[in-house]
Amino acid sequence: MNEILNLLTGLAVGLNLLALGTSRLRLLIRAVAAQGVLLGLLPLLLEHGAMDWQLVFITIATVAGKGFIIPTLLHRAMRTANIARELEPFIGYISSLLLGAAATIAAVVIAQHLPLFPEHVGSLLVPGAIALILTGFILLIGRTKAISQVCGYLILENGIYLFGLLLIHATPMLVEFGILLDVTVGIFIIGIIVDRIQRAFDSLDTRKLTALHE
Amino acid sequence: MKSLLLILIPFLGAILSALWPSNRTRPLFLPVFALAHTLLAFWFLTRPPGFDPAAWLAFDPLARAILPGVSLLFLACAVYAVSYLRLHPQDNRVFVAALLLVLGLLSAGHQARHLGILWIATEAVTLAAVPLIHFLGTPRAFEATWKYLLVGGTGIALSLLGSICLGYASLHGGGSGDITFTALLEHGPLLSKVWVLAAWVLLLVGYGTKMGLAPMHTWKPDAYGEAPCVVGALLSGGVTSCAFLALLRAYHISVAAGEAAYVCRLLLFMGLLSMATASLFMVGQRDMKRMLAYSSVEHMGILVLGLGLGSSALFGTLLHVVNNGLTKGVLFLSAGNIHRAYHSKSTEQVSGAMQRVPLSGTLFFLGFLAITGSPPFGPFISEFLILNGAFRSGRMVVGALFLILLLIVFIGMGATVLKIVQGRPSIAARKTSYRDTVLSGAPILALLVLVLLIGVILPAPLAALINDAVRYLEGQP
Repeated sequence: MNEILNLLTGLAVGLNLLALGTSRLRLLIRAVAAQGVLLGLLPLLLEHGAMDWQLVFITIATVAGKGFIIPTLLHRAMRTANIARELEPFIGYISSLLLGAAATIAAVVIAQHLPLFPEHVGSLLVPGAIALILTGFILLIGRTKAISQVCGYLILENGIYLFGLLLIHATPMLVEFGILLDVTVGIFIIGIIVDRIQRAFDSLDTRKLTALHE
Repeated sequence: MKSLLLILIPFLGAILSALWPSNRTRPLFLPVFALAHTLLAFWFLTRPPGFDPAAWLAFDPLARAILPGVSLLFLACAVYAVSYLRLHPQDNRVFVAALLLVLGLLSAGHQARHLGILWIATEAVTLAAVPLIHFLGTPRAFEATWKYLLVGGTGIALSLLGSICLGYASLHGGGSGDITFTALLEHGPLLSKVWVLAAWVLLLVGYGTKMGLAPMHTWKPDAYGEAPCVVGALLSGGVTSCAFLALLRAYHISVAAGEAAYVCRLLLFMGLLSMATASLFMVGQRDMKRMLAYSSVEHMGILVLGLGLGSSALFGTLLHVVNNGLTKGVLFLSAGNIHRAYHSKSTEQVSGAMQRVPLSGTLFFLGFLAITGSPPFGPFISEFLILNGAFRSGRMVVGALFLILLLIVFIGMGATVLKIVQGRPSIAARKTSYRDTVLSGAPILALLVLVLLIGVILPAPLAALINDAVRYLEGQP
């Protein structure tokens, strides 16, 4: 079981690099959606004995939310906003990739210094989670388009979800609550769509959100 | 279990008001349900203070000390909102329902005794406040809402991460995965140290973002500046106190885990940083609502600083939560009246408020005196107690910096406030239709009387409630 788990987590971390290195929003959204589906399947692998209805619920809700509903909304927002690329990021693509690689290495180092249960020591859960959280922050800070920032937030949220899997047997509730973060993301995107319809600002460029300053 | 009514009654009000057909009479739901909430909260205070330690939601000593004040603030805002919504004839269905939802969720957040429930309540308050900030629908309101959601959403995500770390700390220390505060506190010394420290930093950043501590305060001036004043009062008096209580509970657990020294150092640093940041931006501030937002950053800094001083300043800190909430109500609501009288919130257009709107102008000025810690108002007592705590615990430098920053804030805020209230109103401002009314003035006056009362006599029941909360935090039953 642990090998499959590590394989899926490893793939999810690999998708980070794809998300960091692309300027095309469509590809970015796909990468984040694929990451969501990969991670959504993990609770089923962590199951030791009988199928638990809570685990099934978490799996279905996560895969549906992160893999289908949110990406669909994001595509819709992209079409209404009529943009396909992130053209002028604060942090360039090569630098983002290098930062992402550094974050992944840092994640492994940090995870080695954390006291873990024996069954978590060999798994990629903790380093994967830290890598995803750091990557999410790089995207949140380094991109200017609202849609890219939402994708960064999603990766951050995926990392927290992965972290929560450590507790899935003891307190599954915390993992379930994490689904509420998806609702937050939903509100972000609906905000973008509604705003496009109201045409309050033109290019979805958050740098233009500067009427409010000192 | 009866204390669940404090959560359910506002929820019921939210549902009913969302279904109510008439836009004109819908705002009346606010004062009715707010009054029910306040009466209920005070009725619970007369009951004996026992609570079930294993319950997920309970009216425990911390909630008893803080929640009634928040309820009073909401009541004042609710009465005021009736007059406010009369002047804004657009559809208020979502606004009224969301306000009542915020009250219910705040009650849940204050009473939460379970790490997960606490997080869910704070997250839900964040989301429920979105339509409130966006109520005016201007592009600037949209911008403020976007920043609020992005920064607040990141903060709330980090506090979930912190909660997970604390859960793991308990599990690693041999716990069963029970994350009620009672279980975590009992388990205190066994909690895995590294995870507790990680959890503390994440919770401080996460809930600190909701409170608006520097440097995570960037959403605050925008959101408070663009939101209706009722919402500003509730965010700065209610939501921040809920987030502070969350931090207080995390502090309680970290101290029980034996990490008091580290925790307090970080709190003192964040407190002084917030006060310094706020004082820098308040000097020369021309927008009165943004000035109030920075004042809120400053007072969150004072609260965190007081907490960092440990037991010597706990009483003052908890009293300051109540004082800050009530005084922020006075300031935001009177600033809202001035805003409407001038159609502007910049000192370039606003002057002579005491002539143009005598009641609101005077209340705004008195509110300024109160919030900056002038006697005989409540915040003077609580700030003095915190200062006293700093010197008693031997932290002379912290005490001195605290005094200097308070002085800078007083001067900076005073310059802006005097420009607003003194002088002569412009010709354009004399022509606007707004006049002070009973409905828009009385709630502010009531809040100011309460602040004055706390300052002059410090009612014995309030002192007893806060003493109970202090004893609870120090682990004595």
